[in-house]
Amino acid sequence: MKTFIGIDLGSTTTKAIVLDSDETVLGRGITNSRSNYKIAADVAREEAFLDARFFLFRKQLNDLPALDGKLDEFLGNFEQDFRLEQYLEQLNDLEGVCVASAADKRLGTDGPDTRALLADVFQRLNDEAPTLFEPGSRRQSDFFRDIAGSQYANASESFVQGSGISFEAMLNIYDRSIIEVENRFDNSADESKFMRALDRTCRRSTRFVNLLDKLRAPLKNILDIRFEETYVVGTGYGRATLPFSKEHIRSEILCHGLGAHIMHPKTATVLDIGGQDTKAIQVDPDGIVESFQMNDRCAAGCGRYLGYIADEMNLGLHELGPMAMQSKRKVRINSTCTVFAGAELRDRLSMGEKREDIVAGLHRAIILRAMSILSRSGGIRDQFTFTGGVAKNEAAVAVLKELAFENYGEVVMNVNPDSIYTGALGAATFAQRVVVH
Amino acid sequence: MNIAANQQPDVQKEDSMLLQKAMINANYEALASAHDEGKKISSTFVPGNLNELLMCFDLVRNLPEINALQAGMRKKSGGYIMEAERGGHSEDVCTYVKSDLGMMAKGQVGPSGKPLPTPDILLLSYTGCFTFMKWFELVRDQYDCETAMLHVPYQADGKVTKNMRKFVVAQLKEQVIPALERVSGIKFDIDRLRGYLAESAKAEDDLVWVLQSAKNRPTPIDAYFGGVYYCGPIFTAFRGTKDTTAYYRALRDEVAARLDLGLGPVTPDGAMDEERIRLVVEGPPNWTHFRDFWKMFYDEGAVVVASSYTKVGGVYDFGFRHDPEHPLETLADYCLGCYTNHSLPARVDMLTTYMDEYSADGFLVNSIKSCNSFSAGQLLMLREIEERTGKPAGFIETDLVDPRYFSPANVKNRLESYFQMIEQKKARGNARTAA
Repeated sequence: MKTFIGIDLGSTTTKAIVLDSDETVLGRGITNSRSNYKIAADVAREEAFLDARFFLFRKQLNDLPALDGKLDEFLGNFEQDFRLEQYLEQLNDLEGVCVASAADKRLGTDGPDTRALLADVFQRLNDEAPTLFEPGSRRQSDFFRDIAGSQYANASESFVQGSGISFEAMLNIYDRSIIEVENRFDNSADESKFMRALDRTCRRSTRFVNLLDKLRAPLKNILDIRFEETYVVGTGYGRATLPFSKEHIRSEILCHGLGAHIMHPKTATVLDIGGQDTKAIQVDPDGIVESFQMNDRCAAGCGRYLGYIADEMNLGLHELGPMAMQSKRKVRINSTCTVFAGAELRDRLSMGEKREDIVAGLHRAIILRAMSILSRSGGIRDQFTFTGGVAKNEAAVAVLKELAFENYGEVVMNVNPDSIYTGALGAATFAQRVVVH
Repeated sequence: MNIAANQQPDVQKEDSMLLQKAMINANYEALASAHDEGKKISSTFVPGNLNELLMCFDLVRNLPEINALQAGMRKKSGGYIMEAERGGHSEDVCTYVKSDLGMMAKGQVGPSGKPLPTPDILLLSYTGCFTFMKWFELVRDQYDCETAMLHVPYQADGKVTKNMRKFVVAQLKEQVIPALERVSGIKFDIDRLRGYLAESAKAEDDLVWVLQSAKNRPTPIDAYFGGVYYCGPIFTAFRGTKDTTAYYRALRDEVAARLDLGLGPVTPDGAMDEERIRLVVEGPPNWTHFRDFWKMFYDEGAVVVASSYTKVGGVYDFGFRHDPEHPLETLADYCLGCYTNHSLPARVDMLTTYMDEYSADGFLVNSIKSCNSFSAGQLLMLREIEERTGKPAGFIETDLVDPRYFSPANVKNRLESYFQMIEQKKARGNARTAA
């Protein structure tokens, strides 16, 4: 099967999109960006191909009468079970690397006590894993490094009591090991993992237990599909480091412009707030970029700012938006300097301001900065599409909507649930057009 | 010089650059030994510089912003700027100023390693940059030397009136020339001035020819990165000298030879292979990463065919030449016509003309972080030029000589995006034409 791939290597996450010859999105993949860009690109691409198999599996099962009315539930469970299998496999790998890392005499953790402690920790992680991937469960992050890291820290904290091994030493072992594990590229699409997941899904629910035999063959059909990587286009801040030749690289400005146009064809203005840059792009009716502006040398007010605030408040990034939405009285904050943000936050707290009001003020501050970049690019025109990781933040969206109306009047504002993939979608579309057109 | 004769265009190009380098070094030598030889030194700035007049008084010419520029290219400005900041000058002050003040604080050793003696007179020809005035106030405060100031009226309405000219000429007669006579001890000789102005006009003809060679496709020159070398002698301490006339004749011959051979500009990495994008650029270049900056253009096949920066020391391509028949009036016209003295609408008109006459694919602004004087209104200009020409405009931000304000990854990212945007638009335009 011919496929066209777009990879967007951002400063925080790496995204991939797989298209077929008709520009249909088959799959989306995302992973955390890391020092090894090639691995990040490979992992995102592999994730997108996995997603494509789920997509095709759904298409194949659409007409299966046995799943009538329960297809969504089945596929939801199946995907969670597949993620669990993936997680357990990586956990096993991580345990081996942690044991090897602990044996390093320089760490002072090379005794049998540490090995025993690690065995206890990983036993708990394995025991807890199914709960994390239960149907409908919400995780703070879908990246292995984050999920395993949080579980490992919790387990280590309880097991180190009276063991003679410090919590810091356990974290040190983890930090030394996780990079090796996440940079070990593994072909996740192997058949046995899918089949184990199918087995798990069918066996744990009476609604699906009789379907196992009926579903094996369609799943095997999907797994037998060979994806041909017909053309790949890379984009994003790290695009120059992607192992692609120059003609396979497009700037993220062009990709975001085209991606936004594909998602919302009437897009005229695009605002993208990513990890370390904010881009305001004006596109013509075909998605061709007419002009753009970006933040200058300073990345103040970009996505990283919110990440830093979340860290300072000991919150997950996704918790910031809902907290800001609770605000009744926004605190005015002028500085969008990430370095000053912590000090500003503590200062406001010491003055008795409420956390939700401060967080709401911080959201307003970054959107005000984005408004300045937008006005430099030519303002907001109808329709206006907001993309990038920050577009997932409901408080940021609400402030932007308010300020867009105040400054430019009524405009249709699009925020796509898949907006984080906008750049990758543009890149994949360029890839498809190079070959098909 | 004939490049075609020996088929070594790169070497020939380097010859003119070497010639210029020798001129610059000789001037630094002259500055270093001026006081020992009983000569007096004047400091003055590039826009509106009265080089021919200063030469009439045997004054050795020192140009502080050229020293800062040279310090930037020789990787010395960063240290000078930090020295000036230690002395209380804020981060947002013009970095030319801070580089100069830092250099003074560090012992007045110029960029060539030779001492830069204290000037005997500061001649400020005020042509639109307010910072220059404050700069000389600071220098005067330090050296306690004589200052002469020429107030050049701003071309707010886009034209030079008789009264403006009269006002400048009166100041030359009543203020500037007497001050120069007093400091130098030499009586003003108008015929000597006429002689220098005649040399200037010859060099100006050749400079204009060289800059306008970029109207060809491919252009034999880069009118920004190469252009700053080409305008060097005429913008600084050398306009009006026979050496400068010879330099421009040699340069013109070199460029003519490249043009005959259909060759593109010579870059630090050799001759440019393919001209894919033609640009008009507004704003000065970054000096601390000059070659890296240039490489970001020629690696992508982008060449600058016209620039405003190569007009800051004099706008010659719309017909103005120094006129020996009207020596003081021509000096007035020269000062009044400097690019920095032009109003925003006049600058827009000029740049729009360049976009058209040089068949440019795009208009790029390099906005300078620490130069409010040049940067104010640039976005407005960008929009207007974009609208009038229908060609894509781009905007990047760097600094003159503060290495802390050049972020290679950021600049490269924006430039690549901009170049791809131009190519995408061109491709679509071509497809429509073909259809």
